[in-house]
Amino acid sequence: MATQHTRVLGRILVAPSVILLFAWMIVPLALTIYFSTLRYNLLNPGVEQFVGAENYIYFLSDPAFIGSLLNTLVLVGSVLAITVVLGVLIALLLDQMFVGRSIVRLMVIAPFFVMPTVSALVWKNLLMHPVSGVFAWIATSLGFRAIDWFAQVPMLAIILIVAWQWLPFSTLVLLTALQSLDSEEKEAADMDGTRPIPFFFHIVLPHLARAVTVVILIQTIFLLTVFAEIFVTTGGGPGIKTTNLAFLIYAQALLQYDVGGASAGGIVAVVLANIVAFFLVRLVGKNLEA
Amino acid sequence: MARRVSPARIALTTVVAWVVGFVIFFPILWTVLTSFKTELEAFSIPPKFLFFHWTLENYRLVQERSDYFAHAWNSVVLSFGSVLLAMLIAVPAAWAMAFAPTERTRGTLLWMLSTKMMPSVGVLVPIYLIYRDLGLLDSHIGLIALLCLANLPIVIWMLFTYFKEIPKGILEASRMDGIGTGREIVFVLAPMALPGIASTLLLNVVLAWNEAFWTLNLTTSKAAPLTAFIASYSSPEGLFWAKLSAAATLAIAPILVLGWLTQRQLVRGLTFGAVK
Repeated sequence: MATQHTRVLGRILVAPSVILLFAWMIVPLALTIYFSTLRYNLLNPGVEQFVGAENYIYFLSDPAFIGSLLNTLVLVGSVLAITVVLGVLIALLLDQMFVGRSIVRLMVIAPFFVMPTVSALVWKNLLMHPVSGVFAWIATSLGFRAIDWFAQVPMLAIILIVAWQWLPFSTLVLLTALQSLDSEEKEAADMDGTRPIPFFFHIVLPHLARAVTVVILIQTIFLLTVFAEIFVTTGGGPGIKTTNLAFLIYAQALLQYDVGGASAGGIVAVVLANIVAFFLVRLVGKNLEA
Repeated sequence: MARRVSPARIALTTVVAWVVGFVIFFPILWTVLTSFKTELEAFSIPPKFLFFHWTLENYRLVQERSDYFAHAWNSVVLSFGSVLLAMLIAVPAAWAMAFAPTERTRGTLLWMLSTKMMPSVGVLVPIYLIYRDLGLLDSHIGLIALLCLANLPIVIWMLFTYFKEIPKGILEASRMDGIGTGREIVFVLAPMALPGIASTLLLNVVLAWNEAFWTLNLTTSKAAPLTAFIASYSSPEGLFWAKLSAAATLAIAPILVLGWLTQRQLVRGLTFGAVK
């Protein structure tokens, strides 16, 4: 029932946000595209020249690109698998009745609020240190050899750190979805004498499907660009074993000063993220109509 | 009627849940404990859990060595500054879209959301060069503007989902009663909008506080917040675990408290209202 007057007012109120976000999106993106067609090194300024698709060919055919793309996929995929599976289990647990629920809930969500640089350093030094870390102590107490995490299995180490940070998010989203499951449905199943396991697979899991999709899409957006955890622990190494796409582009730009190459990499990252974003935006959009 | 659950089952669930909670919380607990140890005890094998010589020395040394308070102040300025600025821009927009939606509102909202999907690393190069040329590197104002824009879509979305739930009938009712616009805002709208505004503010302060891509890449010292303060402990100049732990505890304590206060809003805010 918007009148002409409120329409105009509405447009004026929305305009600043739209203009700012539009500028924020389009200006850097246009510049990135422009730089990606230049031979442009910060160590050698003033001799920029147009080279067409050369940076893309160079970036895409660099063995480090394929390696870092695979690393990115392994990192994203593993963290998603761990957080979704454990998230469902822990959400089911927290949905039960027990003593001290709110305290346990606080403990479970705490890692989400720890800044990435802190969790990376704490895990690397206090927990995963091959001699004096807690994990090494547990392993040797049980009669195993301690693992030198960042030398032997660097990617696994990063995966564990990142999964720890995101587990609270998936747990909390799934718990929220679980609590919206109709209690009548639960009671009906109870009276019918449905066993817990069929009940889980036929009623609970389908109910969670939507929340799981949301978790996967949102986490993917963030996980594609994991940076700080790698920055403070391995620096992408050893070799390029823990270099993901975000870190590769960072290294190209601010360590090798190759603006052209880094920009081409940036565009590749934008394209990849957009593929995920397409599905997320559609999912959220559907909800908007409901 | 709640289902009857046997005491034995509650006891079992309690034990399992507390063990799981403890395991997940352990890295944080361990950091806090280690921060009160001497460097020697921080390394001891087997680890000392509670029976060690408690000391506050590390906290004093951390402040001395890397000036915690200067970095913490930067974190406060950057996170609150950027979120308050974003609120200023977002409240009118979200309000208009929630109360006077047009056929374009849905498209606008989804487009705003899609700007959040752009990976920061894709625009690192131009932003870095623009900031270098404008002298904005390592400045409060540059980082506030950047974090404001990065969080603006989430701020607008959260506010929109809250505002949409304010019943519109109440406005019409108060108008029929003939109260003026000013009093309408103060007595009718503000009380209903404030909880949503407060939750949005807090959750986004948490996000801005922990933001570690732009703050690491665009600050060096003057405007460096706690994310960068902690990263400076990653260089292996000897192993100072107790000091590292003290620094880590100081960096996360304020935001952990704030985070726990906002946990109810977390899901709704970060799923853009898709899960409530």
